[in-house]
Amino acid sequence: MVVVRLPYSKEIIRHFKHPKNLGKMKNPDAVGEAGNTVCGDVMRIYLKVKEKGDKKIVSDIKGEVFGCIVAISNTSLLTTMVKGKSLEEALKIEKDELIEKLGGRGKIPPFKLHCSVLALDALREAIYNYYKKNRIPLSESLVKEHERIQKTIKEIEKKHKEFINLEREVL
Amino acid sequence: MRVYMDYAATTPVDPRVVRAMLPYFSKKYGNSMSLHSFGREAKRALEESRDAVAGLMNAEAEEVIFTGSATEANNFVLKGIAWANKDKGRRIVVSKVEHDCVLGAARWLEGQGFEVTYLPVDRYGLVDVGELEKAIRKDTILVSIMHANNEIGTIEPIEEIAKVCSSHGVMFHSDAAQTFGKIPVDVRKLGVDLLTVSAHKMYGPKGVAAVYIRKGVKIEPLLHGGGHEFGLRSSTVNVAGIVGFAEAARIAKREMSKDYRRISALSKRLVKGVLKIEKTRLNGHPTKRLMNISNFSFAFIEGESLVTELDFRGVAASTGSACSSESLEPSHVLLAIGLKPHEAHGSLRLSLGKWSKKQEVEYVLKVLPEVVERLRKISPYKGRW
Repeated sequence: MVVVRLPYSKEIIRHFKHPKNLGKMKNPDAVGEAGNTVCGDVMRIYLKVKEKGDKKIVSDIKGEVFGCIVAISNTSLLTTMVKGKSLEEALKIEKDELIEKLGGRGKIPPFKLHCSVLALDALREAIYNYYKKNRIPLSESLVKEHERIQKTIKEIEKKHKEFINLEREVL
Repeated sequence: MRVYMDYAATTPVDPRVVRAMLPYFSKKYGNSMSLHSFGREAKRALEESRDAVAGLMNAEAEEVIFTGSATEANNFVLKGIAWANKDKGRRIVVSKVEHDCVLGAARWLEGQGFEVTYLPVDRYGLVDVGELEKAIRKDTILVSIMHANNEIGTIEPIEEIAKVCSSHGVMFHSDAAQTFGKIPVDVRKLGVDLLTVSAHKMYGPKGVAAVYIRKGVKIEPLLHGGGHEFGLRSSTVNVAGIVGFAEAARIAKREMSKDYRRISALSKRLVKGVLKIEKTRLNGHPTKRLMNISNFSFAFIEGESLVTELDFRGVAASTGSACSSESLEPSHVLLAIGLKPHEAHGSLRLSLGKWSKKQEVEYVLKVLPEVVERLRKISPYKGRW
């Protein structure tokens, strides 16, 4: 039998079939959430952070996803990219880098590009929350991102009010 | 194991249908409009086929017009009736759960100056006949309500709707693409003026459908040309396809009631098993339903991921999730029956057919809970439902 491949890259399929670091984390040091109002996808990123000299290193990371194949695979991929990096380095990961690693723009259906970068929003939120909790100065851009992401989350919650009972365990 | 549970999308062609069609490709290839013996041979096959399809719906042969698809048939009905009757009025009534081709044609007509009422449905997907009657005005020319819904299977009260329409002198069309060849569809008993049927949903070939047009109904053709199909659908006739449709209709006449009983029993087993999964519900009407179609919502997970996971395990199914459509809009049917976007997001349609087996149902009942559990484990939603 000839199996016609799904319209996704090998990387996307691999991460969807064998996702890394997905599920809930107990006692995280920080949690971040992000979502998309158009399709309703929601992601969460949990971080454990260890100090190493003057650097704060992501010693463990987990993600949770309510979403499609691209959403699941990109969250899985991002966690593998962030694990072991410092928070500063993690903040430098850009959308294009993630899209490139998922197989490139040509391999993601155009209408799925938006969900291929949602995990990045959740990660930035987690870092924002970590900084805030530990009274680390926030950069202007991180605050702006935070405001944008929160606005979206609020819209989703308004839309799905009766359903969402997100357990917010930001410690 | 490979399990096809998407019969509502399309069905395999019955091997007996293929056998009936084969001579009409390379041996009996005449054009039904030609005067010579080749043409007459094709013409005869066409008219015998018309008899068979008309027979299954209890119509006269001349009331059946073959088209290239149910989408074409529905466009023909809406636009053709609107055009032919625009002097009488410019108002049309459809339900909110019609197939996209009916809704698309209705929206196009709005752009041409027609007014369309989109009737809401209840939580089961049923049209309220009282509401329908209220929606009919003096200048209403057509009502179009489907026989059974393609996503949730809900069967509409067609006979009652037909009575209301007829008492107001409004023409009534029903899209019976899902029901024809599965349950009895009798145009006289239903009381419809127009009806759409399709071959590929009932083990016939793709690219063939038909529309029943009651004698005396005024309609304009979509396609102008050589005057085929009583001048209502010009195009060289797809004789092989129509012969296949007719064979499928003959087989359905003999076998559909037995098949339907068997499929209903299988479906009941399937629904019972699936509903054992926590936080799962059946969408659509529990009993007034075309039993081969079952639509579920699973809390906290997304349909495209679900369908793909099932596909990896050999199970073919479909979803009304926003993620599965380029528009990123969840199914209009599931929204119309009151599902929240996230519930439509986690929807799954399993549809059975002639060759569905008990082992296949058991296999799905084994695999599906595992897949749902895996996706729920990675979902951030775990709250109430």
